[in-house]
Order: sequence, then C-alpha cells, then structure tokens
Amino acid sequence: MKKIVFAVLAVAFALSLPAVSETRLTPERSVLENGVVLLTSEQRALPMVTLHFLIQAGSRYDAEGREGLANLTSRLLTYGTRDKTALQISEILDFIGASLSTSCGQDVATVSLTVLKKDLDTGLNLLAEVLTASVFSPEEIERQKQSVIASIRAKDEDPGQVAQIKFSEALFPRSPYGRQVEGSEDSLKRADRAQLLEFYERFYRPERTILAVVGDISHQEIAQKLTQAFRPWKKGAAIKDSPPVSPPGPANIIRVNKTITQANITMGHGGVRRSDPDYYAIQVMNYILGGGGFSSRLMDSVRNERGLAYSVSSHFSAEKYVGSFAVTMQTKNETAQEAIRIAKEEIQRIRQEKVKDQELQDAQDYLIGSFPLRLDTNRAVANFLSLVEFYGLGLGYPEQYPELIRRVSQEDVLRVAKKYLQPEKLIVVVVADQKKAQIQK
Amino acid sequence: MRLLLGLSFFAFQLLLSAPLLAQTSRVQEFVLDNGLKVLLLEDHKSPAVTFQVWYRVGSRNEEDGKSGLSHFLEHMMFKGTNKVAPEEYSRIIAKNGGRSNAFTTQDVTVYFATMSREKIGIEIDMEADRMANALLNGKYFEPEKKVIMEERRLRTEDNPVSSLAEVTAAMAFTVHPYRRPVVGWMQDVENLTREDLRRHYQTYYAPNNAFIVVVGDFATEEILAKIKAAFGPVPRGPMPPKVKIEEPPQSGERRIILKKEAELPFLLIDYHVPNLNSPDSFALDLLSVVLAGGRSSRLYQDLVYHKRIAQSVDADYDGLSMDPSVFSVTAQVMPEKDPLEVEKAIYDLLERVKSEPVNERELEKAKNQIEAAFVFGQDSVFGQAMRTGQYEATARWQLLDSYLAGIRKVTTADILRVAKKYLDPDQRTVGVLMPIKEQNQ
Repeated sequence: MKKIVFAVLAVAFALSLPAVSETRLTPERSVLENGVVLLTSEQRALPMVTLHFLIQAGSRYDAEGREGLANLTSRLLTYGTRDKTALQISEILDFIGASLSTSCGQDVATVSLTVLKKDLDTGLNLLAEVLTASVFSPEEIERQKQSVIASIRAKDEDPGQVAQIKFSEALFPRSPYGRQVEGSEDSLKRADRAQLLEFYERFYRPERTILAVVGDISHQEIAQKLTQAFRPWKKGAAIKDSPPVSPPGPANIIRVNKTITQANITMGHGGVRRSDPDYYAIQVMNYILGGGGFSSRLMDSVRNERGLAYSVSSHFSAEKYVGSFAVTMQTKNETAQEAIRIAKEEIQRIRQEKVKDQELQDAQDYLIGSFPLRLDTNRAVANFLSLVEFYGLGLGYPEQYPELIRRVSQEDVLRVAKKYLQPEKLIVVVVADQKKAQIQK
Repeated sequence: MRLLLGLSFFAFQLLLSAPLLAQTSRVQEFVLDNGLKVLLLEDHKSPAVTFQVWYRVGSRNEEDGKSGLSHFLEHMMFKGTNKVAPEEYSRIIAKNGGRSNAFTTQDVTVYFATMSREKIGIEIDMEADRMANALLNGKYFEPEKKVIMEERRLRTEDNPVSSLAEVTAAMAFTVHPYRRPVVGWMQDVENLTREDLRRHYQTYYAPNNAFIVVVGDFATEEILAKIKAAFGPVPRGPMPPKVKIEEPPQSGERRIILKKEAELPFLLIDYHVPNLNSPDSFALDLLSVVLAGGRSSRLYQDLVYHKRIAQSVDADYDGLSMDPSVFSVTAQVMPEKDPLEVEKAIYDLLERVKSEPVNERELEKAKNQIEAAFVFGQDSVFGQAMRTGQYEATARWQLLDSYLAGIRKVTTADILRVAKKYLDPDQRTVGVLMPIKEQNQ
C-alpha cells in the first residue's frame, strides 16, 4: 500500500465538504410536520435506499460526571424496543441483509440504514421503533457498558489513538470537546436506566433531526412513508442550547511511554469553526502544507526527501462550534525529535513566504476537480447532504464552492497561514519509547 | 492485502466482503496484440472513472531472503520515468482532480486512479509509460527503503493484531510463500538491492503479465481507443516463471502464542481451504455468514451477546487467492476473560455445524445477506473494479456472473459437508495474542 488510507480520506472529506462541480445529485429539501428536515437525492441506478439520520444528541450534552451517557444511549437504540428484543431486531435486519449502524460524536449522533428497495417498509418501521420506543433494559445496559469499557481499553492499544486522545484533552481542557465520547470506566458506572431514558426523551426528537435519504425513491414518496411510519415521533420540550465555551489550552509537550518501535506524534493547536469566512483560504493553505496527500510540503520534506515517516499530514478540523489544527505522523523513536523539527520548519516557512503560483493553482484544481468524484456512492451523498444542512451551507453550496476556492489568492494563503498557524501555541504529544525518543523542548 | 492495508482495512472489507454480482455481467473483455487484457464496465451513476492496472505479481512470487520485493517495487514505481519526474505522478493526478494509490498483496500489485471522464486519459498515458519505462531511480532507493521500514513499524511491529496475523500465517504455511508477509521481514527489506528491484521489474512488469480494469462513466469505444494507443506499443515480455509450490497437507494442530504489549487478548484460528475455483467455495462463503454475519449469527449470539466473553468475532473465507488459502475465525477477547474459554466456545459452535445441518431459515437468511451485500457493493465504482479484478486475478472475471446462482444452489447438506471436511482440528493453526504490560513511565 503506497499511499495513505481511504478511511482517513473519507473522514477528511466529511469534514472539509468540498463541492459538486458536475452535480448529479438534484437534492430536494422539505420540513416534515414533526420538524424533521428531510433532504433527498433520487438515484435510480440500483434497487436500494440509504437513510442517514443526524440527531443533535452528541456527547457535548453529557452533564459533567456523566460522560459517556450520550454514547451509551446511541449504542442501546438497537438493543430492544417495546415490541422487540435485541435478538428480534437483529434477526429482522439480517434476514433482509440490511445494514443498520449507530454512532455518537461530540455534536451529533447518527443512525444509518441501507436496505434493498423491496424491504424499505420493514426498515422504516424498525427505524421508527428504534427512535421512539427504545426501552433500555437493565440487562442490555450492563452488556453495553462492558462493551464500551472493552473498546476504551482497545483504544489504549493503538498508539496513534492515544496521541489523539491526549491531544484533545490538552487542547480543550474542561470542555466536552476535550473528552472522549465513550466517557471513562468511572463515569460509565454511574449511568443508569433513568438517565438514559431521560437523555433519549429529551434529545432524540424530530425537530433536532436532519434526515438524508438517497436512492431508488422520490422525495414525495419517501416523505409520505416517513409521515406514516413516524407518526408517534413528536416534538419535545424546547432545550436551551448554548454551546460550551472551549478556549484552547496552552502550549505543552506531553510524553506517553509505551514499548513500541515508533513515536506517534500529534502536534497542533486551536483552529476555526466551519462558519469562519476564512475557512476556504485555510483549506487551500493546509492542502499545500500537509493536507494534499502525496502533493504536500510535509510529505516532501518528511517522507520523500528524508524517509522519516510512512505517513505525515496536517489537518484543520472545522466543526460547528470548535476547530483545531493538527499535524500527525509516525517515525521510529530515534528520529522523533528530527521529524518534529522539520514539521515546525514547514509551518514557519508557509507563514513567512508566499506559496508559489503553481502550488496555489494545483491546490485549487484538486479541491475543485475532485469533489464530484468523491460523491460516488449513495452513502457518501447522504452524509454530504446531512452535513450541508447541519452547517447551514444551503443546497446551492455545491454550485458556489468552485468560486469560493478559486478566489483565494497567494496573499490570502499567506495571511491565513500567519493568522491561524501559531507555532508558539503548539501542543506536542509524543507516544513513544521515551528512553529512545529523548524529546527535548 | 489484509496486513498491508492496515488502517484502511475496514474500508476495504466493506467493499470486498460485499460480493458484487451483476445479473448478467456488463463487463466487456478485449485483448491487445501484446497480450494485455482489458476489462471495461460502463456505469454512469456518478461522474467518476476508476482505472486500474493489475500486475500478476505479489509476495507469492518472492523467494526466501527477498521478501517484500514486490511491495518495494510498488513504492519505487512512483519515482519517475524519462517523461515524468519522481513523485510527479501523484501530483499530476491530483491537480487534475483525481485520486490515486497502489497496493500489493500476496498475489498481485495494483495501481489505480479515480478521475473524471475528461481527465482519465492522463492516467492511462502515465500507467502505460511506467509499465515499460520506470527508472527505479537510484537516488531515491535508500530514503524509500526507510519509508517502507517505517510502514512496517506502523502497520505490523506496533500493531499487536497484525503481528499475530503475521506469525500465525508463518506457521499455517510451512512451504508455500503465503508464509511470508507482503511487506517483507524487516531484515529482508533492509538487504534488498537496486538490482533485485530491477530484475523483478523486468521479469514481471509486462503487458502479457497484467490486465486492466476500468469501471465508471466512460464510453467503451472511446476509452478502448485511448488504451490501445497508450499500451499497444509496450512490447510483450517473456513469460514469467510459474509458482509451483504446493503446501503439503497438515496433520495435527499447530499453535503459536505471541506475547506483546496490548490491552485485549486476540484469537486467530486458520483452517486450510481451497479457493473459489472449488465448487465448495459457495458453501464456505455461506458458512462464514451463518457463523458471523450480523448480530443474529451463531458466533456473535453466543460469544458476544450471551456469554459476553468476546468483544467482537468474525469468520472470513478467503476464496479470492490464487492458491489455496484459509478460512479464519477471529475473536477479540473481553478484558479479564480467558482466551482459552473463548477458544473452547468457538470449537463447541464449530462442532455443531459439523454435526447437524443448519436450519433452512438460517440458510435463507445468509443467502439474503449475500445478495443484498452484492447489490450494495455495486454502489461504488471502485468496489466493482476491485471485485472484477480479484476474480480475474484468481480465476476468471466471468465467474462473477455465476456467483449468485452458485450461492442460491447451496443446501443445508452442503454446509454440513464442507464444515465436516474443512473445519478439521488437525487442519488448524491457532494464534493467541497474550497481552503483557511493560513497566511504564
């Protein structure tokens, strides 16, 4: 495997939301009676339908000391409703070969179903039950707690993940954005059925939900079916929703010792929100610095010239309420210090001199040209549409995107590099065999 | 591939474990005068075209002391030709809006790019160029060797489950080259020379030892003309040597324990099985789904749900390999649980499928899962190209057309028969990861 990883690209893509220059999406939008915002893209090529729910029920709504509740709620959705046991739900899904998955992030929880067209009604009825009539039985709660604890342990086994976790904690101290959605073994112990039910009742509500449907069905047809199947899903009480204030933590060096052969390095600082007007200039700048896969300065200087790492990249993650910048790389313990120095030099260089005209143009051409090609599956389209709505970009966004990228100038790139890359604020996390890595200030 | 893909492993699994079937295939086959086979599949649901060159060479073609040669060569193929400067290939693809990558498996080395219809000619020309004219530039040899050693550290040395898979394969196969890792043993990689690469390239990179797969939004005649113009002049090479090594029959269980810093124990049980050229392959596919397809499957229900001794389980039949490979059952063990208890529970379930037929509904459910996954798999042009290429590499792409029919014909008696035949305790190799905790800090 030469190049970097599809999974990583997919994530980067979800966050950076490039645009459609040659759109075949024909998206439609409406608001259902119960408040669900429905987005659709009719795709008739295959007899299948994907439904992607984005619900404002992420871990940032967890009260302090109750971390992990949102995640536990999301995991338990498919483990028992008033009419069906966990096993019955699995049997139904497996018998129609459907794939149903739930996940929990910091802002939103998601529920995704992909089903053959002929089984759509079965799938819809099950989704409606899951979202309105989950029961959270004590036995299932216990089972999921054990499973979450195991997954927290498993993360500890992956030095890259450990570096990521330590970085988030240091970047957003005392904020829900600095915590892991899973919570801790301690906080999980405190979660009980009453809390789960309360969270479910409060946050799993139609007016907090964006639903993207992509596949072999029209907007009108799916809207009718949804109205029918989701009749019991009613608006909830209004929630005062003030996003947490999350000032970034100070510069720091954090060392974690592990008996491993490579230093796993994550270094970065605060960034911008998705709504920041400089977002597009930042994406272009970051592409040149380290976002551009094999066509980036970090890749040239760390990997190609010196052979220090297999993978090195930088990323501006721009979420609805917070943002961050991070460089991620792995190198053998002994060269950790050198790799960090080179990454810092590249950060300095892009802040000091204008990028070349050719670099700018290549970055713009890639960002604009690659977008429609990335929306090459129904799932990718569903994810895209739901995020366009969540970030408030509007359905015209795909047509506007090329211009938003094209108008970024060399001066803009220099300006945003100076403003948003802050070497004096770098938090550097090194998970390594510390005796060999010998990281200095 | 499995070992090498590392992070992207799951993304690939999603694509590949969904066997794609076309009712009647729309794949068209052409063979150029120099022996290069071209497989074209038009699919206009998204504006993307995936172009792939498959070379019939992988770690299977390597010798002792030279492991990792095919993979090393894959990396060096990005170091330019007389027309394209080192690392320019990726840059040219990217600035034309495309994404490119390459990977090496036991059996094949594959290069690919996904671009728009207007731009795909750029990829075609550059692939034809490096089929014949790669410089394997000396100056980049040493840095790239370091990169590959970092890749091995990242994906294998510091990844306990990958390490387990590596040592278990080295024990399951005593003679056949599948016993060697695709990335190569560290010492071997270090010892490889420029001359090794040169010879490997000259022996295996020729139109008559490769084939092309193109899937997506193109017109057959137009793209075929481009392919002929670019690849037609590449001269035919001598026929590469055949691999004639057969793994001798195993008589008696083999066990290996890996002690490594990790959090959760992991269990890997390999049974020798034939590839998809055997009529038993359909029943083996279905057997893996009965055992571990979805949350209602036997292994999941028993080990994860009821006994709560495993965090996850899987059963995987690898029929897509050129030589006979393995049917593997894996389990991530819950914290504080005994891997031996998990192993015993797995054997109890395997004994059951060997002693009594699965029930009809269970078989129907497994068939439905495979059929649905097949349709879902057609959602991605890349996934379709992968599956077509794998079938062609292993046997013939035409077998894809009869795949679903083959699945539908399987009876409960067939499942019983193949379970008895292949899940033989004397035919298994068991790998156990035993976590140890190093003195930290």
